[in-house]
Amino acid sequence: MAFVPPKESFAGRVFPVTIGTGVQQTFGGENTLPFHSFEGEVPNRPLIAYEIQDVPPEDWPETVRRLYDGVSDDPVKWAKYCEEELKAKAVALRLVGTHPDSKDLSADDAAKTVTDVLGAIKVPLIILGSNHVEKDSEVLVRAAEAAKGYDCVIGKAQEANYKTIAAAAMANGHKLIAMSELDINLSKQLNILLTQMGFDKEKLITDPMCSALGYGLEYTYSVMERIRLAALSQNDAVMQPPMLADVGMYVWKIKETQAPEDVLPEWGSLEERGIAWEAVTASSLLMAGSELLIMRHQRAVEAVELFVDELM
Amino acid sequence: MALTGVQIFKLLPKTNCKKCGFPTCLAFAMKLAQRQASLDACPDVSEEAKATLGEASAPPVRPVTLGAGDKAVKMGEETVLFRHEKKFVNPPALALEIKDTESDDAVDAKIQDVVGSEINRVGQLLRIDAVFLNNDSGDAGRLASLAEKVAQKAPETAVIIGTENPEAADAAIKPFSGKNAILYGATEANAEKMAEVAKAAKAVLGVKADGLDALSSLTEKVKSLGVDDMVIDPGARSAKEMLEYNTFIRRAAIKKNFKPLGYPVINFAQRDDALHESLVAGLGIAKYASIVVVSSAEKWKNLALFTLRQNIYTDPQVPMQVEQKIYKIGDPTPDSPLLITTNFSLTYFIVSGEVENSKVPAHLAIMDCEGLSVLTAWAAGKFTGSKIANFIKESGIENEINHRELIIPGYVAILSGAIEEKLEGWKVTVGPREANALPAFLRSAQAA
Repeated sequence: MAFVPPKESFAGRVFPVTIGTGVQQTFGGENTLPFHSFEGEVPNRPLIAYEIQDVPPEDWPETVRRLYDGVSDDPVKWAKYCEEELKAKAVALRLVGTHPDSKDLSADDAAKTVTDVLGAIKVPLIILGSNHVEKDSEVLVRAAEAAKGYDCVIGKAQEANYKTIAAAAMANGHKLIAMSELDINLSKQLNILLTQMGFDKEKLITDPMCSALGYGLEYTYSVMERIRLAALSQNDAVMQPPMLADVGMYVWKIKETQAPEDVLPEWGSLEERGIAWEAVTASSLLMAGSELLIMRHQRAVEAVELFVDELM
Repeated sequence: MALTGVQIFKLLPKTNCKKCGFPTCLAFAMKLAQRQASLDACPDVSEEAKATLGEASAPPVRPVTLGAGDKAVKMGEETVLFRHEKKFVNPPALALEIKDTESDDAVDAKIQDVVGSEINRVGQLLRIDAVFLNNDSGDAGRLASLAEKVAQKAPETAVIIGTENPEAADAAIKPFSGKNAILYGATEANAEKMAEVAKAAKAVLGVKADGLDALSSLTEKVKSLGVDDMVIDPGARSAKEMLEYNTFIRRAAIKKNFKPLGYPVINFAQRDDALHESLVAGLGIAKYASIVVVSSAEKWKNLALFTLRQNIYTDPQVPMQVEQKIYKIGDPTPDSPLLITTNFSLTYFIVSGEVENSKVPAHLAIMDCEGLSVLTAWAAGKFTGSKIANFIKESGIENEINHRELIIPGYVAILSGAIEEKLEGWKVTVGPREANALPAFLRSAQAA
């Protein structure tokens, strides 16, 4: 009997989000499951941003830290290196030095770093706090002001601090990452709260919280799949922002990216293992629906781009 | 039309003979209704019942076994498209390609890679499950001698014979007769002869066509030739084609009960670059393949793919657990701190990772709370003062450490009094609520 492909189309669509002013990037916008261009529209590639920090990456493992030797002591040099040498399509600046347990840098320090980095690159900038709820609401407000007019992404707003951060992102014309912890209902709730305070849902990016391969990846994977199905099949507008996978910071702190081969010979080359860990985590979360990725290792980013080439 | 378990039960012999592998006819009927068993398993079913149940009761993706013995791999039997709906049933086999044009040394090295690939991760033994013997030379003798070598050096490994030449297939499959090898493959051109070889060797037939329409016709033809166990290859080679064809095959089988495509799928992920290959193989694992063929088996790549396979095929309704015991992180001495938390695997991974990050060696007590996280276990009465006290006493840790201080998660600070009451001579210290605060906590405690 003749075979008729069981195609499925959906009423909903993921919002396309455009960021940046010099070089602009757009991600999202599809009305089908990830990479299902055989039955729907997938107008944009996912966007991968290179992660940099406001302080030297002392806690990054050697495999990835040494790529940035000579530039990582200065966020401006580091950002330029990503844009010019690594051909980064976007840069994600994590203001980790503002964390009270790190250097406890002030909001003004952070604002200066943001201004300097913005002056040095043309590609869009994603500005991330240190994930300290109280400090972030201070730091990200000043950072958003300093970046006014650059159409950046500010993150991450969480349930405990979303009001001030969202207000600053709104007032200064930025997109906003809304993060909740691995629960589709919490994620939906936060997006509702944000839209109720007047934040445009088409300027949101949902972060359902990343997990590394082997360390809860399946939770992130399934929460992302469920959010995407709700966006498409239920046409639920608060579930329609594109999704972020903040891959690098989760991958480069686990044992598989740090344990040397002489200690665990059955795990093989540490260098290749770390890179594969970041790339496989990222590619799996692309299959689950993320459109914006933050990554650290050049070879992992390039492998994921090549994989996307094969899928588009 | 789907029948309910009770409707199916009425058609069964009701003898509870257990020959089907289930304890009662009713249990078997329930499995049939869920399409997780095949009516073939009942030797006494009437012709009438067969006619009624036959197609309707068969699982949407036919169960097929690759290999024999302890390391045999079950394939098929899937019931959903998304893992949050229900557990994905049978994790895909990873098969390493060996070409009959490769040098003896290269072949030996690859066989060794497969035999030595087994790794224990979270209590599961994971390995490269099979070899795919590619008749790259086109020469029947070379394929047969490669097969002979594999049969000798890796007798427990499942084998897929890759040739479209029926004579080469016949010679190469001899050592694996009756061992559920796969003969790949049958095409429109050679189907009759390949079916004969497969039947004679009791092998599974790999069926290969260009596109899903041609593939559906071909599986129907092969079935009419008397071969029931097949794996199918829709000819997908790029990642894009893999996703498209695998999705349509799974949907057709599950949502439309379309039998001609209700078989396990074999995908070919070989790429020149091993990292690129990892990602393409990962796509096969996440998106519905039952066999993924790879060209190399580096240990780092195996670990990443095994882990991904384990993650994707975890039961979303049953929390992953780790074994209850006192884990040593770093190289703890009798003076090192002792922390306690629950045995939810994520809790364990995150807490042990952060303790490791702290560079402060420690004893980490993981208590069996049926895989619940700290707050859930506390709320469910599984992580209580008296249970913690019992566990600590029975663990024997008192003989291994010089101090009597237990660090508990900040979320259950409320338990500190109850634990101190039950654990005489012990002091309870309340640790941070979130694991990411552990490095700072442990370092400042060490400095004090």
